[in-house]
Parts: sequence; C-alpha cells; structure tokens
Amino acid sequence: MSKNPYLGLYLIMAVLLVLPFVLPNSFYVDLAIRMAINAVIVLGLNLLIGFAGQISLGHAGFLGIGAYATAILSTHFGWHPLLAMAAGAAAAGLLAAMVARPIFKLKGHYLAMATLGLGIIIHIVVRTEAQWTGGPDGMPVPPMSLAGFEISGDKHWYWIVAVLLSVSVWASLNLINSPFGRALRALHGSEVASKVVGVDVVRYKVAIFVLSAVFASIMGSVMAHYVGFVTPNLADFFHSIELVTMVVIGGMASVYGSVLGAVLLTALPQALTSFEGWETVAFGGILMLSMIFMPKGLVPTLSSKFGRGD
Amino acid sequence: MAEFLQFLFSGITVGATYALAALGFTLIYNASNVINFAQGEFIMLGGMLAVYFSQAGLPLPAALVLAILVPAIVGVVLEKLAIEPVKGAEPVTLIIITIGASLVIRGLIQVWLGKNTFSLPAFSGDVPLQILGATLMPQSLWVLGVTAIVVVALWYFFNRTLHGKAMLATSFNRVAAELVGINTNWVLFLSFAMSAALGALGGILVTPLTLTSYDVGIMLGLKGFVAAVVGGLGNGLGAVLGGLLVGILEAMGAGYISSAYKDAMPFVLILLILFFMPRGLFGGQSTDRV
Repeated sequence: MSKNPYLGLYLIMAVLLVLPFVLPNSFYVDLAIRMAINAVIVLGLNLLIGFAGQISLGHAGFLGIGAYATAILSTHFGWHPLLAMAAGAAAAGLLAAMVARPIFKLKGHYLAMATLGLGIIIHIVVRTEAQWTGGPDGMPVPPMSLAGFEISGDKHWYWIVAVLLSVSVWASLNLINSPFGRALRALHGSEVASKVVGVDVVRYKVAIFVLSAVFASIMGSVMAHYVGFVTPNLADFFHSIELVTMVVIGGMASVYGSVLGAVLLTALPQALTSFEGWETVAFGGILMLSMIFMPKGLVPTLSSKFGRGD
Repeated sequence: MAEFLQFLFSGITVGATYALAALGFTLIYNASNVINFAQGEFIMLGGMLAVYFSQAGLPLPAALVLAILVPAIVGVVLEKLAIEPVKGAEPVTLIIITIGASLVIRGLIQVWLGKNTFSLPAFSGDVPLQILGATLMPQSLWVLGVTAIVVVALWYFFNRTLHGKAMLATSFNRVAAELVGINTNWVLFLSFAMSAALGALGGILVTPLTLTSYDVGIMLGLKGFVAAVVGGLGNGLGAVLGGLLVGILEAMGAGYISSAYKDAMPFVLILLILFFMPRGLFGGQSTDRV
C-alpha cells in the first residue's frame, strides 16, 4: 500500500468530531459510545487473531475482569476508579501472562478450546461469587470523578472514548509497521520460518496476548463506569464470540476492518430488535452469509475490489 | 459409599450424553477438519422435537424417530449450504459459520416453540432402582444402554462396512481417498447426517432426566467439545471415554466440592489436560494438527 496509511485515521477522527452535532438524540450517542468501546477491544483482539494468527474464544473474560475489578474495588473498598481500573488491567495482564505459555503451545482447535475454557471459567466465577459481584443480577458501579470533576452522562463519555479510539487506531497502525508487528505477521505466516530467522515466537505470542487482554480489561472498566452497572453477560461465551465475529467480519489483519466490524455488529442487534424473536436468526444468518461470501472480511474484500490504486 | 455411587451414576448418565455429542464432533472433524459449534443445537433439537411430536399426538416411537430424522436433515442442509461452499477455509471462518448456524437453529426454535422448559415422560416409568443404597432412574439405563449400542454399531460401521472404511480413509488422507475412487463429498454428507443424529439421540435420551429448552444446546455442545478434546480430537474411543470422564468429574465436583461450580469443572479439567497433555488423553503423538 503506497497510500498514506493514516488517511483512515483522519477520516475516523473527522467523523468522531462531527458526530455529536448531527446525532438526533441520546440513543444514538449511546450507540456511538458502545461502538467505540467495542472498536478498541476489537483492535486489540485483531492484533492477536488477525495479525499473529492466534485465536481467542474467551476474550470477554478479560473484559469482565476489568469491569468487575472497577466495580468491586470502588464499591467494596472505596478505591479511586483510576486505581481500580489499573488494578483490573494488571490482573488481566497477569492472568494472561500466566496462562499464555502453556496455552500457546497449542494450535488451531486446541487453542480455541483452551481460551474458550478460560473465558467460561471467569464467567462462572463472576456469576457465582454473589457476595462480591451481585451474582447473575450484577451490581451497580459508582460514577467516576477526576480531581473533583464528576464524569457522567453521554457527553463526557463520548469525548473520552472518542480520544481512546483515535489513540488506539494510531497505536495499532504504528505497532503493525514496527519490528514487533512484522514479527507478529511473520509468525502468522510460518512459525517455523520465523524461528529460523530468529524471532522468539513464544515471547511475541505471550506479549500480544497480554497486550490484547489489557486492552479488553481497560475497556471493560470504561464500559462499567459508563453504564453504571455490570452483569455477568459482559464476560459470557456469547460476548466472546461477538468480539471474534467483529474481528472476522471487518477483516482479519485490518486495523480499519476492526473499527468497521465493531460499528456494524454493535448496530446490528439494535437494528434487529424490531423483528421480535427473529433477531437471533437474523444475526446468525448474517454471520454465516458474510463468512461464506466474504471469508476475508469486509475491508480486505472491498479494498481488493475497488482500491487497486497501488 | 452410597453417596459416591449416587454421584457416579448421575455422572455416567450425563457423561453418556456428552459422549454422544463428542462422537458427533469427532465424526465431522475426521471427515472435514471442521469443529461444528452447532453440535449442541442438534442435542437441543432432539429433545425439543421429541417433546413437540409426542405432544402433537404421535406415538412415542414415531415421535422419537422423527426427532432424530429432522436434525439429521438439518445437519445435511448445513453441510450442503454452508460448509461445502467454503471448503478449505481457515478454522476461524468455519468456527464463525457453525456458530452462525447454531444461532439460526436456536432462534428458529425459540420463535416456533417459545422459551418454556419442556419435559418428556421417562421411557419405562419413574420407579427408581435401589443399588447399594443409591438410586438409579430407569431412564439412566436407557441412556447407558443406547449409548453402548451406538458405540458398538459405530465400531461395526467403521471396521466392517465399505461406507465406514471410506470415511476412515477420508479422515486419514483426503486426497489419497479421492484417488482410490472414494466420493469424499458423500463422506462429508454422511458424517454431518450421522453426527446430527447422534447428537439428537443424546438429547432425546436425557430429556426425561434433565428437562430441555431452546437454549440448552450451548452448554451441552461445549461440554461435548471438551469431551472430544479430552479424548484427543478425532479419536472415537477417546470421545466416549472423554464424555464419561467429563460427566463423572462434573457430578463428583458438584457433590464433593461445590454445586455452584458444576459447570466450571469440565473447563478446569480441559485446561489442566491441555497444559500437560497438549493433544488430549488419547491423542497420539504421530499427527501434527495445525
């Protein structure tokens, strides 16, 4: 690609700047915030799945760790929200680092199974430890205040996540074109070949797994504070699948694909709620059709069709 | 002792269902290298359709046959419409497709039959048997007996019939199988039909004991997947032993450790096994599954 890779970033930033002034009501602002939060998580997950070629079917578990760390530490122990958020990120990163070495000895379906198991265990713990987590009903999260200024409502959160999203896109673009990113792509292509040219395969897999887990955990904390309430659904298997689907539908190994995938799949359930009862059918059908006809995902498929400007 | 026996009985019973699901995963995996995440929905379909057809007035045997046949057809349709067109796609793509299929099946059943929980009368009464102080429901004997028959029948199919040998040949080496004239598309077709029927059978058998609803497929399917991986993906005998092991461990865990963590036991088990034996308990060292 000889085009400026940052063009898409400028476009996203422009849209983010204009959006709050054209959205008709707070329903759409809320939707935009959720899209942006998901986009950041999916950017991290795509580094793992799309670029490094390692699947995780349990990523919602890390999201749950962040969300519940924030909720529990600030409710039961009165921690400062930022401190709680950092603790959640550290916990998610530590857990990811601990399991990464044994997990990434596995490949393909075995790896899928192991990450799936990890996610489900986290979900069940969160659902069961009701004295801390409120059990299946969930628990409220106190509002966040920084230096005496209370962050509340759509308007505040919109600008926070807009900045987070822009920074994440920028960081992802830089990362994949750094030596680190090239090493990741190399081990996706051929693990043996990467080893031969001196890439420490295991170290890179562990690093990217930890990084994407930390991404997810931080956004879980943000989500918890924004919504003001957490439930175990955040961490469940279906949510993990939704996240992977966003990666795949947008396009594996495509930074802008992640953003598009997150935007589309966050909007989809909202668009489908009018088809009472049929939304699950439609959601599943769309997943199948897009994979059958666009197995590479939207952005790579479209850009190879129209973007032959190199 | 009586308590231990009690846990063992319930573990083996539910484990037999996982074994049938795991066999279903194994069949499809061998024929096509696909992990069918819709396998749990076939289990759900079996139970739900058996309830629907018997409530619609059909005699039980006819209802049961239909409840196996319809999922088998659904399995075949899934294979034709969604799996065959993307032959050779990446595992992630196939995982998403089969997850999409499971959502479609679950959603349709929810729209059609609602969100209620259903039950099926036990096949031969509800009078429990007393064995060394523990009780065993007659339905458990049905589950175990039918599973045993299925295992023997599958063994016969794979070792003594031409179709079975063709499937084995395809699982070892698809290209070589095609070269000797085996219609591998037919093998794929057959494996989806058989796998769906096996899942449905398990769902039917266990419904009188555990109830059913449109959303039971997720957990049952995932535990079947655990059982298949425990046994070493692609290994039939391993799948059965894996299923029983997962079932027993779950029942023991629920009884002796914590019933709240019952559903977590299989997943803790799978992590431990994968950490220490990356190919499952019975997955040999020879093949490299990438």
